[in-house]
Amino acid sequence: MAHVLFNCFALLTIAGAVGVVANKNTVNAAMCFLLSLVGLAGLFVQLDAYLLAFVLLLVYAGAVVALFLFIIMLLDTQGRQKWDFSKLAVFTSLVAFGLLLAGLGTFVKRGQLEAPNPNAAGGVGAALKPYAYQLFTTYLLPVEVMGFLLLVAMLGVIVLSRKAGAGEDAP
Amino acid sequence: MLDLWNNLHPLVQGLIKGLAVILVIFPLAGASSLAERKVSAWMQGRPGPNRAMVPWIAWIPFLSTFLRRLGLFHLLADGGKLLFKEEPLPGHVNKLYFILAPVIAMMPAFTTVTVVPFGAYLTGSGEMVPLMLANVDVGLLAVFAVSSLGVYSLILAGWASNSKYPFLGGVRASAQLISYELSMTLSVVPVFLWINAPGTAGTMSLARVVEFQSQPGFWGGTWFVFLMPVSAFIFLVSLFAETNRQPFDMAESEADLVGGFHTEFGAFKWSLFFVAEYSHMLVGSGVFILLFLGGWNPLPWVSLADLIGGLHRLTHAAAVVHPLFVGVLSIVIFLVKVLAMIFFFMWIRWTIPRFRYDQVMKLGWQRLLPLAIGNLVFYALAIAFLQKPV
Repeated sequence: MAHVLFNCFALLTIAGAVGVVANKNTVNAAMCFLLSLVGLAGLFVQLDAYLLAFVLLLVYAGAVVALFLFIIMLLDTQGRQKWDFSKLAVFTSLVAFGLLLAGLGTFVKRGQLEAPNPNAAGGVGAALKPYAYQLFTTYLLPVEVMGFLLLVAMLGVIVLSRKAGAGEDAP
Repeated sequence: MLDLWNNLHPLVQGLIKGLAVILVIFPLAGASSLAERKVSAWMQGRPGPNRAMVPWIAWIPFLSTFLRRLGLFHLLADGGKLLFKEEPLPGHVNKLYFILAPVIAMMPAFTTVTVVPFGAYLTGSGEMVPLMLANVDVGLLAVFAVSSLGVYSLILAGWASNSKYPFLGGVRASAQLISYELSMTLSVVPVFLWINAPGTAGTMSLARVVEFQSQPGFWGGTWFVFLMPVSAFIFLVSLFAETNRQPFDMAESEADLVGGFHTEFGAFKWSLFFVAEYSHMLVGSGVFILLFLGGWNPLPWVSLADLIGGLHRLTHAAAVVHPLFVGVLSIVIFLVKVLAMIFFFMWIRWTIPRFRYDQVMKLGWQRLLPLAIGNLVFYALAIAFLQKPV
């Protein structure tokens, strides 16, 4: 039973992720992303990490993908894209791809993956209290850094979206 | 009876529970739609639906007139009409998402019902056991997470219709529902800060919230609507926005968008959107009642246990303290409250005119969100001051 469920959710996650990259239609891609997230949430539930599963659904499936769809509809980028990247974009993406390959290579060659403890995710991600405790003690610095990054992004949006010369938005 | 239930295969149990949800919520949502028509009519001083009648009952002299005027059989007539109508599928739509959208609308609405406790019975030692289909510790978080998926039905319906007004409705829905989710989530945090006193195991369970509101004594029996009125207000306003009800029905907005996201839909697909909307209202009202209006406790400062105790002292009947009676009584009390909330939804509909879209956004981001944050900070400080650390 558990194996069957795991296989189903894993397949859903991976197939969804492939669908995001492979789909030309952006709305289809966003829906594939949604499927992938639902599969991931199912995997979390199987690890007894209920809190993580529902937070994932709430934040990513409930809000982030909906925002993606909002942006897709607002910009209306239906199937008009051609492969017309600038040279710089091609160069940087190639470099990034190389780095990814190198990282994967070293990981396969020399990296040691300790046997994953299946209870670890359940222990921390099952209920609110242990999760929050970890968040405010062990992982306080990453949380703060992430918060700061988001703040920077938000300020950037405010600066970019302000019309030049206009102090106050006209109603 | 209980043994028989426990011996069933988990899949069969799940299937029965799922069917039970559909069998309860679907007619209830349909009845709400009829009630909406009738209540709207009364509020506008017109008779409302009063024609449909079943032949055999029509022969009973006075009852038939009463039932006809009440319009009860319009529920059957509407349901039958919508089921047997031709299903139009416009040529210009994206077929997959067009058919999928009403289905997606139903799924979150029905799934959230499983984690909402709807009643309780008392064991011999006076301990309260909540009645719910799936007892998960993350309780409210599960409701929020799953119900937030409801936005996809509106977005997809609007987008797949491939025409102007549904598209606008879908875009509005996606922005509006996300905006109000923030205030809604923030508004309930004080409740959970208060019930998760230091030294207790942290929980997000809705049943625990009700348990907290049914303690003896003045402060124990105070419903959270009195203790945290601002939280309750923010939650209620966000609930209206999240369920797409007037004055927030931007996605539908007949005045400027024809029918909004469902303009191109007809027959049963169209009615599925409405069943989903009413299911969302039912679940949302249920959650509001559990959080702020004492759940299945009959009155503020009078808990279910008090009521049962009082009844027992009056009648001395053993049947009164039987778990079955207590369970049914609690469900009835809860249901009455939910229906009162549904009436409140309709009452607001004919009281406050629809907002403009920019007003909705302004209210969400510039009024409710700061209010919710301020409210949270205030209660966090107050609770830290009141609840001594162990």
